[in-house]
Amino acid sequence: MTSIPTETAQPGKASLFYDPKIRGYVYQLALLGLVAFLVWSAASNAIENLRAQKIASGFGFWHNAAGFDVNQKLIPFSASGSTYGQAFWVGLLNTLLVASIGIVLSTFLGFFVGVARLSSNWVLAKLAMIYVEVIRNLPLLLQLFFWYNAVLKPLPDARNSIALPGSIFLNNRGLILPNPQFGPAFQAVVIAFFIAVVVAIVFYRWSKKQQARTGTQYPNGLITLALIFGVPLLVFFLAGSPLSFELPQQGRFNLTGGLQIFPEFVALLIGLTTYTAGFIAEVVRAGILAVSKGQTEAANALGLRAGPTLKLVVIPQAMRVIIPPLTSNYLNLTKNSSLAVAIGYPDLVQVFTGTVLNQTGQAVEVVAITMAVYLTISLVTSLFMNIYNKRMALVER
Amino acid sequence: MTDATLENAPHAFVRRETLEQQAPPLSVAGPVAWIRNNLFSGPVNSFMTLICIYVVATSLPDLVRFYFLDAVWSGTNRDACLADKVGRPVGACWAYIGDRFQYFIYGSYPVTQRWRVNIVFVMFALGVVWMLWDRAPLKKVGAFFFFVLLPLGAYVLLLGGANAEGFLRWAILLTLALAALYLVLSFAPGLARFWTPASLLEVELAAAPMQRFYRPKRLILLALVVFGLIAIVADRAGLPRVDTGLWGGMMVTFLIAAVGIVFSLPLGVVLALGRRSRLPIIQLLSVIFIEFVRGVPLITVLFMANTMLPLFVPQEYSPDRLLRPLIGVALFAAAYMAEVIRGGLQAIPKGQYEGAMSLGLGYWQMMRLIILPQALRIVIPGIVNTFIGLFKDTTLVTIVGIFDFLRTIEATLVDPTWATPTTRATGYAFAAIFYFLCCWGMSRYSIAVEKRLAAGQRR
Repeated sequence: MTSIPTETAQPGKASLFYDPKIRGYVYQLALLGLVAFLVWSAASNAIENLRAQKIASGFGFWHNAAGFDVNQKLIPFSASGSTYGQAFWVGLLNTLLVASIGIVLSTFLGFFVGVARLSSNWVLAKLAMIYVEVIRNLPLLLQLFFWYNAVLKPLPDARNSIALPGSIFLNNRGLILPNPQFGPAFQAVVIAFFIAVVVAIVFYRWSKKQQARTGTQYPNGLITLALIFGVPLLVFFLAGSPLSFELPQQGRFNLTGGLQIFPEFVALLIGLTTYTAGFIAEVVRAGILAVSKGQTEAANALGLRAGPTLKLVVIPQAMRVIIPPLTSNYLNLTKNSSLAVAIGYPDLVQVFTGTVLNQTGQAVEVVAITMAVYLTISLVTSLFMNIYNKRMALVER
Repeated sequence: MTDATLENAPHAFVRRETLEQQAPPLSVAGPVAWIRNNLFSGPVNSFMTLICIYVVATSLPDLVRFYFLDAVWSGTNRDACLADKVGRPVGACWAYIGDRFQYFIYGSYPVTQRWRVNIVFVMFALGVVWMLWDRAPLKKVGAFFFFVLLPLGAYVLLLGGANAEGFLRWAILLTLALAALYLVLSFAPGLARFWTPASLLEVELAAAPMQRFYRPKRLILLALVVFGLIAIVADRAGLPRVDTGLWGGMMVTFLIAAVGIVFSLPLGVVLALGRRSRLPIIQLLSVIFIEFVRGVPLITVLFMANTMLPLFVPQEYSPDRLLRPLIGVALFAAAYMAEVIRGGLQAIPKGQYEGAMSLGLGYWQMMRLIILPQALRIVIPGIVNTFIGLFKDTTLVTIVGIFDFLRTIEATLVDPTWATPTTRATGYAFAAIFYFLCCWGMSRYSIAVEKRLAAGQRR
């Protein structure tokens, strides 16, 4: 090639109007200005409107007396003496309680249904399919209404409670369980449990290393089970069984004593669990189907039996596909628990955005706090699941 | 180190001895073999089958008896559905559904004005079929009808009153002015030389006047026809204003869903483009909006719309109480739609962008002509899925006091006229059927689209 003057290769100088860089700055500045204007006008309107309606602003209400009661509370709370701030914590804990239990239960149910849909058993597969289709195509709110109003509400009243085995009673005020009373020596059992968990982890690490070095396999699962359940049980009996139950007593008119689980909680938990399980089932099914059949066949050809094939070959590969959508289903479950407000379960939205907002009228602060809480939960959950996901992901060069 | 040899075989996974030969299976085809393979292939499988059959056998007959055999199909009040009045066990009370059916569809919309809702329903059905049916002609006109004419027409027809009529007059005038402008321009294209590039103008001038008139004017003609029809209807009947407080039932459910899709789709496209933009501020604002809205539950968005929107605007423009949740739902759906569309944009190979740029297309031309048509096609199933979720979520407006379909059912359940022990089960079953048919229909549609789009990949 002969040398070409570099000047001719340069693009012709365009006018400023057509310069992409300048245009970009102009667009961005315009958008920023628009957003700033919207925020400013919204804020100034809000201040004016709040002043006109004589609504206080700021977070002073946090320490004001609440003056209402909540039926389910994990921390002490009463109509007299508790503040709006404490109401917030009661609601938040209730949300976290129902969400965490719901996540565990829906994972089990979802995995079961998802695997059942792929089962070679025709009846089981069809039933799982019907379950998934029906659950996924009905609004969650309708399902909650169904569980709460059509299943739990029509239960007999306290006088005619349904007695289940083990001193458990079921009536329209919820499920009454024997209330466990922990003796002081029960601490030893808890400590033993944590020690057992640590020992199990250490043993698991050691056995993996051993297997990598010598090929010797240890019955990891059995030993872990024995450690985690056996040791606390042993300590429990050695300490003289420091656990008693306060049984619910059926009187003439009422049930007294016992641990009451409110129907709102039961309905919300059943609704969230079954609904999310329908989605998790599909995630699991897609994950398992994503592992190509050749992997199973190759494992079989190597002489692996069905159990190890699943455990060592199929599930680790399926998990890579399953984990990201599973995470968003966990987040959805947590966010959907806000539907509690419709059936009166005292979660964050019901207590805080419902009752506190109504009493104080401080919409901006209350809604902002509620949203911040859910945002934090979302971000923290996805952070942890992303770390886990990274550990499980395929390492590529 | 650890090769699978016989020496270390006890520690390896592999089998050490050869299996005995097994007898041939009795049969490999026919119903008996099918039952054995699919239902009783092993002890665990047989156990599962028996449990499943037990569950079905105990629940199905009861359901059939309750909803069909013992059901009450006619009657005018609760006496028809009370076991001691009828003298037999009573199942579902379908008579109550029949009696309240109108209320479930229209809510408290005045009886004499319900034909207006019916017209909107017909327009909506027409638009849906036009958009969704694969072989329907004039798709672009259909889109214009669905996304522009239908919302405006529905607004005028449903609300009525002086405001809506003034708005209609304004829309007709604007369309007429546009039509006149196009008419002039199609016969004298030279007038357009101020904003038409010279090369395009040349093409325009080369075409015959009638041809020039034909192309984009279909939309204007359609707008004129639809607005004209509505104007005639409005003029003949004189549309009195029906306040949104009276709206309810399926009408509101469909309204919220339709507003959700009509606004969330374009907004979602804009947000998705913003999120993939190279301009940092635009990208940041899009990401903040999307992640913020997706991180909170719809209920809190609805609460925000309900309690904070009136604060954020001057008192005299305070939004209508039905409009507030509509805005909330549209913004919420837009954030989800944006992520779906972003997926589609990411799936377009870089060569498509480069090809478009090498043709000399600008950003918006590239997006409008090359990228978005492909991206949106890919994500149609995703869009439909978002829409199914949106449709189910419309029930949440119940919580901020809007009378949607579910709320109308809840409202009739506490009405003493029909309060019987079985009314609740019937009402919920009816709601379940309605929502199931809508959502299941949509999911079938998305599967069909997926199959059609995958036709090119089939081997």
